[in-house]
Amino acid sequence: MNTTEKQSGGLGAVVAVYFCFLAIAGLQVVLAYQGASFVPMLALGFLEALLALTFFMNLRMERRNLVVFIALFTLFVMATMNYGWTDSFRLLNGAPFSK
Amino acid sequence: MSQADLAVGGHNPAMEPSPFAIPAKKLAMWLFIISDIMTFAACLVAYGFLRNATPNWPRPFQASAVINVMVMTFILVTSSLTMLLGVRAAKAGDRAGAVRWTFITLAGGIIFLVLHIREWVGLIGEGVTLFKNPWGTSLFGGAYFSVTGLELLHVIAGVIALLIVGLGYRSGRYNSSDIENCGLFWQFINVVWMFVVPLIYLMNVAR
Repeated sequence: MNTTEKQSGGLGAVVAVYFCFLAIAGLQVVLAYQGASFVPMLALGFLEALLALTFFMNLRMERRNLVVFIALFTLFVMATMNYGWTDSFRLLNGAPFSK
Repeated sequence: MSQADLAVGGHNPAMEPSPFAIPAKKLAMWLFIISDIMTFAACLVAYGFLRNATPNWPRPFQASAVINVMVMTFILVTSSLTMLLGVRAAKAGDRAGAVRWTFITLAGGIIFLVLHIREWVGLIGEGVTLFKNPWGTSLFGGAYFSVTGLELLHVIAGVIALLIVGLGYRSGRYNSSDIENCGLFWQFINVVWMFVVPLIYLMNVAR
């Protein structure tokens, strides 16, 4: 293993993550045909994204303050975007505002 | 302190240290990725709102479409791996290896584009447009083409970036950090696809 591989982790871990991606994609197809809701689908998507950020984008090799900055900023914005999303249930059920 | 004084030594002590101890270009790429996450998240949240609030949302994707999407996923994930190998080769000073892996990634991106456009052409042939489709609510076409179109736009940008940076790196114009930044963008495209596939395609399979 050369210096670069030592710095960014071994190739074995990366290849293992690659096969994890393929396995998760296959699992999502199975879940889709079983009629799974969006929750497990999204959870698996987040798991894939976390693995990609950690191993493929090498975030685990960066300084912790960069990781914290990216994580906090992104999660905060994504959480606030969900503010109005649940209103779609009201539209679906036709419930008035007073209920 | 004069400009000449500033120039001596390259990095003068009067300047602030680089935030997060990473090069400015890499920080800029991360900031771009964060802003792009917001763009895609906004699109996907809007899509989720529409899909949830619409009772007759179509489920048009047959097994052939799912197989096509899985092939596209395989190609994109594999291209992410080859991009990572290219970045590692560039960091290790293996110029030939970095160029080779970068162009293999580029080829993967082009195959992905061809499959994606073929899928679009197939759906358009079935009568799906931005404002109408043969199955249900007219919102489906707009939501589908918006989200996948944004992804497609990113892949096109990524392919162009890979081509320019790959050729530039081979000629010595660009260095390993440019390959790394290009790689970050390509990995981000892969991350976005991991959300597009389940939400846009797999939640809408015909059963």
